[in-house]
Amino acid sequence: MGFELTYKPFGERSILVEWPSVINEQILKDIIGFKTAIKEKNVKSIVEIKSAYNSLLITYNSICRNFENEVKILKNIYELSKKNNDRMSVLWKIPVCYDDCFGIDLDAISEEKKLSKKDIIKIHSQAVYTVYFIGFLPGFLYLGGLDERLHVDRKQTPRLTIEKGTVAIGGQQTGVYPNESPGGWNVIGNTPISFFDVTKEEPCFANPGDQIIFNPITLEEYNHVKILVEAGVYQMESEVIDG
Amino acid sequence: MVEVVKAGFYDTIQDLGRAGFQHYGVPYSGVMDMYAAALANSLLGNDLHASVMEITMTGPVLKFHCNTNICLSGADMSPTLNSQSILNNTAIAVKTGDVLSFGKLRHGFRCYLAVSEGFKTETVMNSFSMYKGITTKHKLDKNDRLPISESVAFKIKNASLKIDDSYLNTNIVEVFEGPEFHHLSKQQKKVLFSKEFAISKYNSRMAYQLVETLDNTLKPIITSLVLPGTVQLTPAGKLIVLMKDCQTTGGYPRVLQLKESALDVLAQKFSGNPIRFQLID
Repeated sequence: MGFELTYKPFGERSILVEWPSVINEQILKDIIGFKTAIKEKNVKSIVEIKSAYNSLLITYNSICRNFENEVKILKNIYELSKKNNDRMSVLWKIPVCYDDCFGIDLDAISEEKKLSKKDIIKIHSQAVYTVYFIGFLPGFLYLGGLDERLHVDRKQTPRLTIEKGTVAIGGQQTGVYPNESPGGWNVIGNTPISFFDVTKEEPCFANPGDQIIFNPITLEEYNHVKILVEAGVYQMESEVIDG
Repeated sequence: MVEVVKAGFYDTIQDLGRAGFQHYGVPYSGVMDMYAAALANSLLGNDLHASVMEITMTGPVLKFHCNTNICLSGADMSPTLNSQSILNNTAIAVKTGDVLSFGKLRHGFRCYLAVSEGFKTETVMNSFSMYKGITTKHKLDKNDRLPISESVAFKIKNASLKIDDSYLNTNIVEVFEGPEFHHLSKQQKKVLFSKEFAISKYNSRMAYQLVETLDNTLKPIITSLVLPGTVQLTPAGKLIVLMKDCQTTGGYPRVLQLKESALDVLAQKFSGNPIRFQLID
């Protein structure tokens, strides 16, 4: 496999690599493979590598004087990365409480989509979501895989405050607000799990390519898990899967 | 220790930013005007990574509870030490009990205060830079006490330095083509480089929005990667220049990318100030 990639300078110290403008898992896998290969090469001048749906941005510690040469090095790494495409990823089981006290937009979605609240919860919690990248807010996962029946437009007027841990739907996407923030997505539940913890060496547990499932819990279970999370003793459920 | 007797409009502790955490969605942050901060640190013989206080528009009143040396650079905010005027870009010895305050904003928008060895405040993810949700505090408030090291008076004899601060007065913002630049029409490009744009009131450490719009037919892109200095074009034709506290990703076409030194120029501008984009070949 392999894609026709474009390489563009982005400012003085970064190179943007772009894949075709579509969102799919083949591209995601290719991006992760390339990113991993660059990291394994341990190029000292590279200080940052970040990815999105169909792009990779490589940032250097000083001004790139010879853009063509850097691109040549990257192209070689890409060729090598194609040969080694098996990567491990992790499936994370995220407890979510869809109780009315959290899922304040469930009634509206139920009415709009002609689905019972029970069905909405069932559809949302039966899917397996793929982590494409982290962006927007520290620890905010861009997830693919929301069932079409749950595609709901963003709110006309965003709410000024969305609570930490809020699970929501915005257009064709679903996600978790890692911290309190303003937001225009439709709120359906809340997770006691922390998606961003500044005190940890790896502040966010998930990585691009990982998978997420939302596991419905009662309010009572929610309160119990929250206590464990706050005490730092909650053991998250996860399993390693082949990429 | 330095005591914040009175807070300014928006004072923060900053260093060169939080590199290496972009893939977790963590903004770079760091000083908005790198040139001024580097100058203030250099004049005290500090490491360039030493943290400084970034003072925006209206300065605070600060009381020193130990001996140290200070240096101010960037915007001229009519600084005084114990009510005596002092100069920017000059190393000054301060003693326990001395009070630093600021007056009228003469030019520029952000002033940097360096102290010997930098402020010893909280570091999170290898950086002193304050950012809401990352550091405990996101700006300085009255009664904050900032730890610094006691330092002996810094003596420089017969040394003088000629400072080039012409960047404070220029309205030229040097840019490269952004990833979606080639999607712009000839007419749009012409307008972009001939028109004068004014900084709107929506300007912060996160982004500067410009007042004048650009007729736009470009569609949003699939969410991609952005950097400080990326100029985004919204469907309504608004131009948004991302600054140091910007998000790591964005979905608007990225038409231009500021040269890093152009961020220093922009950091010293505020509402109403005119700028012109100049393309670097």
